[in-house]
Amino acid sequence: MRLDLGAIAKAGTSKANQTGSWRNFKPIFHQEKCIGCSLCKIYCPEGCVTMVEKKKYTVDYTYCKGCGICAEECSSSDIEMVMEEK
Amino acid sequence: MATTTLTAPTEHACGPLLAAGHTACTGCGEALAAKLVLGAAGSNIIVTSATGCLEVFTTRFPQSSWEVPFIHSLFENSAAVASGIEAALKALGRQNEAKVIAQGGDGGTADIGLQALSGMLERGHDILYVCYDNEAYMNTGVQRSGLTPFDCMTTTSPYGEYSWGNKHNKKDMPGIAAAHGIPYVATASVAFPKDIENKVKKALTITGPKYLQIHSPCPLGWRSNPQLTIKVAKLAVETGLYPIFEIENGKVTKVRKVKTPKTPVEEYLKIQGRFAHLFKSAEAKEEIQKIQEIADRNIEKYGLA
Repeated sequence: MRLDLGAIAKAGTSKANQTGSWRNFKPIFHQEKCIGCSLCKIYCPEGCVTMVEKKKYTVDYTYCKGCGICAEECSSSDIEMVMEEK
Repeated sequence: MATTTLTAPTEHACGPLLAAGHTACTGCGEALAAKLVLGAAGSNIIVTSATGCLEVFTTRFPQSSWEVPFIHSLFENSAAVASGIEAALKALGRQNEAKVIAQGGDGGTADIGLQALSGMLERGHDILYVCYDNEAYMNTGVQRSGLTPFDCMTTTSPYGEYSWGNKHNKKDMPGIAAAHGIPYVATASVAFPKDIENKVKKALTITGPKYLQIHSPCPLGWRSNPQLTIKVAKLAVETGLYPIFEIENGKVTKVRKVKTPKTPVEEYLKIQGRFAHLFKSAEAKEEIQKIQEIADRNIEKYGLA
């Protein structure tokens, strides 16, 4: 690894870390009872929940660490955490 | 002299300004708080960060999660570095191009960085200082800080035969900031994201030094379930242990009221391993009563009821 003057790192390059491999439990977005409150998106510490369309959200498993905040805070209990087998 | 643009690339303007792939623990309250602060502030900002979890998990060299100009210097001088940036922008006549946000954890703000912060507040720099309060030095392995609450168990304030955990009260850091006579001081919690957004946006419209302290649960250090991060943060506010308020020019102008009948502090304490020793013996009831008194004092002081 080379250290340039000022030790400057390029913006947003942490995307190379696929933190999804940390996951033990996986959130399943059923997209059935969703009322579109977007709490899953707002509360995600990774910022990896996105809105596909109104009342339909999805998660990027490349980065999701499986903390389960989205499932806990979902106002219509539409997200389920399931044990992941690798 | 060649001028470079101060703003982040426009393609990032609509996306999250804290990129995924950062190495914060699962359910990290601080990562969430930083994401919310950046989202509210927008891309026309320059941020600094003190050493701590935030700096470590976002800048694993040679990578960076920041989509805005970011500088990490040392543990104690986030506020001083931000002061320099603000002064430089002024000297170049470019102060309208970007806002400066200084960040630090509770240790980097209330203990190690206090004198640099005090200097920044005293000199009246146009900076928003954000303190992510996770109530101990989490990055180095959960040592107590000035913002660790009473009777909390950390590795340097262990529970045992002669100790109930941290024997000192949480430092009134917003009060210290307000005592500098600055225009805006506020506290917030990750449980209320809209409130964080409003406070950051409001703070950035005010000229002069601003101080914002955000309660950010740490599942690792608080020994709580990562899934319950928001619930824990919410209970801290509802019990009155973490009062949410705004102080403008020395006067408390807005508070978040607690529900009546009030939520007992046990509700908040029992879901965290760092307070588990308070539920092991009969004598501990007295200690819980002392914590309840702290909550009651907060409710009275800020008129939260």
